[in-house]
Amino acid sequence: MTLALSDAERAMAAGARGAGAAMAMRIVAESARLLGAPRLIPVASAHIDGALYHGDSGTLFAEKLVEGGAKVAVRATLNVGALDLTGCSRVRLAEPARSMARRMMDAYRTLGCEQSWTCAPYQAGHRPAQGTDVAWGESNAVVFCNSVLGARTNRYGDFLDIACAIAGRAPDYGLHRHENRLATLEFDVGALPPAFLRSAFAWPILGSLYGRLVGTDIGVVTGVPSHPGEDALKAFGAAAASSGAVGLFHIAGVTPEAQDAETALGGLPPRTRIAVTPAMVADARSRLSTVARAERVDAVALGSPHLSLAEFDEIERLMAGRRLAVPLHACTGRHVVEALDAAGRRRALEAQGVVVVADTCVVVTPILPEMTAGVLMTNSGKFAHYAPGNTGYGVIYASTADCVESAVIGKPILTDIGP
Amino acid sequence: MSAEAEVLVEGSAGRGKALVLSAPISFWGGVDPKTGRVVDVRHPDHGRSIAGTVLFLPGTIGSSSAAAVLLELVHAGYAPAALVLHEPDAILLLGLIVAREMGWPTPVAVRLDRERHAEFATMVVTVSVDGQLSALPPP
Repeated sequence: MTLALSDAERAMAAGARGAGAAMAMRIVAESARLLGAPRLIPVASAHIDGALYHGDSGTLFAEKLVEGGAKVAVRATLNVGALDLTGCSRVRLAEPARSMARRMMDAYRTLGCEQSWTCAPYQAGHRPAQGTDVAWGESNAVVFCNSVLGARTNRYGDFLDIACAIAGRAPDYGLHRHENRLATLEFDVGALPPAFLRSAFAWPILGSLYGRLVGTDIGVVTGVPSHPGEDALKAFGAAAASSGAVGLFHIAGVTPEAQDAETALGGLPPRTRIAVTPAMVADARSRLSTVARAERVDAVALGSPHLSLAEFDEIERLMAGRRLAVPLHACTGRHVVEALDAAGRRRALEAQGVVVVADTCVVVTPILPEMTAGVLMTNSGKFAHYAPGNTGYGVIYASTADCVESAVIGKPILTDIGP
Repeated sequence: MSAEAEVLVEGSAGRGKALVLSAPISFWGGVDPKTGRVVDVRHPDHGRSIAGTVLFLPGTIGSSSAAAVLLELVHAGYAPAALVLHEPDAILLLGLIVAREMGWPTPVAVRLDRERHAEFATMVVTVSVDGQLSALPPP
C-alpha cells in the first residue's frame, strides 16, 4: 500500500510551517510508510513518553525540534522524566547526565507540552472520549487509553509521540481501525476463586500471565465476577504491556468495548481459548519474583503505574501510623502530591519513612540506595519486570499489605493469598 | 550462504558477527544503551553485546521506549552493524528514522523470516544497502 499525503501534509513536510514541524511530519510520514498505512488521520491529543533521559541523543532530538520552532498542535501531557522537579525525592543522577536530563525536560516544555510528568495521565485529568483517535506513548498509558477509556491509539514510542503531537496527525493503521480492535482470543479466569479475583494482588499476576501468553493478539478476559476497580485495571494493563506487546485488552462486562464477550469478539468464536488454572497463576506469580528466599528487604517500591490518591489512602491505612524500618518509595504524579500536600499528608508519611517520588519513578532513574545484591519488594508487575535489569536489585512480588508490613520490620512477610 | 531481504529503513551497509537472538527482546530494560549489552536477566542471551553485530530479532516486546534506546546506541557508537527483523517493528525502527533526521550514520534494517535466522548463526554476515545478506564462516 502506498501512503498518500494531503497537500497540507506535504507542504508541512517540505517546511511550510518551519523546520521543526517539517521534521515532525517527515517522521510521522516515514513511520506511516513503514507501517503500510494508506493515509494520516487527525489526532485529538497526545501523551508524550519521550522526555525521559536515556542518553544525550534524546535531548539533542528535542532541542533540534525547539530550534526549528516546533509547537504541539494538540493537547499533550508528559510522561515521567528522569528528575523529580517537585523536590520530593533525591535523584542520584550525576553530571553531565543530570543537566542533559534537565535540558530535555525544558525542551519538551518549550514545545508546549503540559507539565504532568506522570505515567498515569488518565488519573490526572487526561481522559479522551471513547472512539477518539489520539497518539499516546508509554505502554501502560496506551493500554489503559485503548482498553479502559475506549479511545484509539497505537503504541507510540518516543519521538513518534511528539512528532504526532506537532504534526497533529498519526498513521491510519492498527488500533485506530475498528476491525483491528476485536478480540480473537478468550482468556477465561472463571476457574479462579472469586475472592482472588477481587484482590488487588491478583491483577498484576494475571496481567503478566496474559501478556506472556497473548503476545500481540487481542484478547477478551471472561469469568471476572465484578468490576475490579480502575486501579486493578491499571495494574493489569501495565503488567501485560511489560511481559508482552499488549496495546488493548477487553474484559467482558467491564471495559467499554466488551459489554459481553460476544461483542468483544465481533460475534465470532475465539480462535484461541486459554482456560487459566490456579497452577498457571501460581507459576506466573513465582516468575514475578527473582529472589526466592531473603533474610531481609532493603527497600519497598510502590507506584508503577503512578499511585492514585485512593492507593495512598490504602497505604496510610495499612501503615496505621507506624515507623518503617526500610524506605518505602511511593511513586506518583504531582497531581496526587498536590492533593496530599493540601491535607498535610505527605509530611506525615515522610516522617514515618515513606519516600514520596514525584515526576519520575525508581526504575527509570537512580533513586534507590546504591547496593549490590539489594532486595526490593513491590506490589507492581511492571516494577517486578523491570527492576532487576534497570536497578540491579532482586525483586520479591507481594501484596500491598505485605509490602507495608515488610517495610515496617525490614524482613519479607509473604501471606499466602492464593489462588 | 545468502538471502534477499526487504529493506525496512535505508542505511549504511553492515558487516559483523551474527547474533541470532533466541527469544523476543525489549530494548528498554533489556539492552543497556551505554554498552549494548543484553541486561534482561530473564533473556536467554543475557550478557551478550549487540554492538557491531548483525542482529537477528525474532520479535520485540514491551516498552514504547525501544526507539530511544536504539537512537542512543547509534549516537554512542554501540549500535548493531545491521538489523534483521522478522517483521517491521515501527517502535524500534523509529530510532533509525530519527537518527537519519539527525544526520547521524545509520545501520540498514531489513526484514527476513525468522525461520531463516538460524542459518546465519555463528557466521560473519554482510548486509548490503539493498538488503542482500551474505555470510561466511568466521575466520
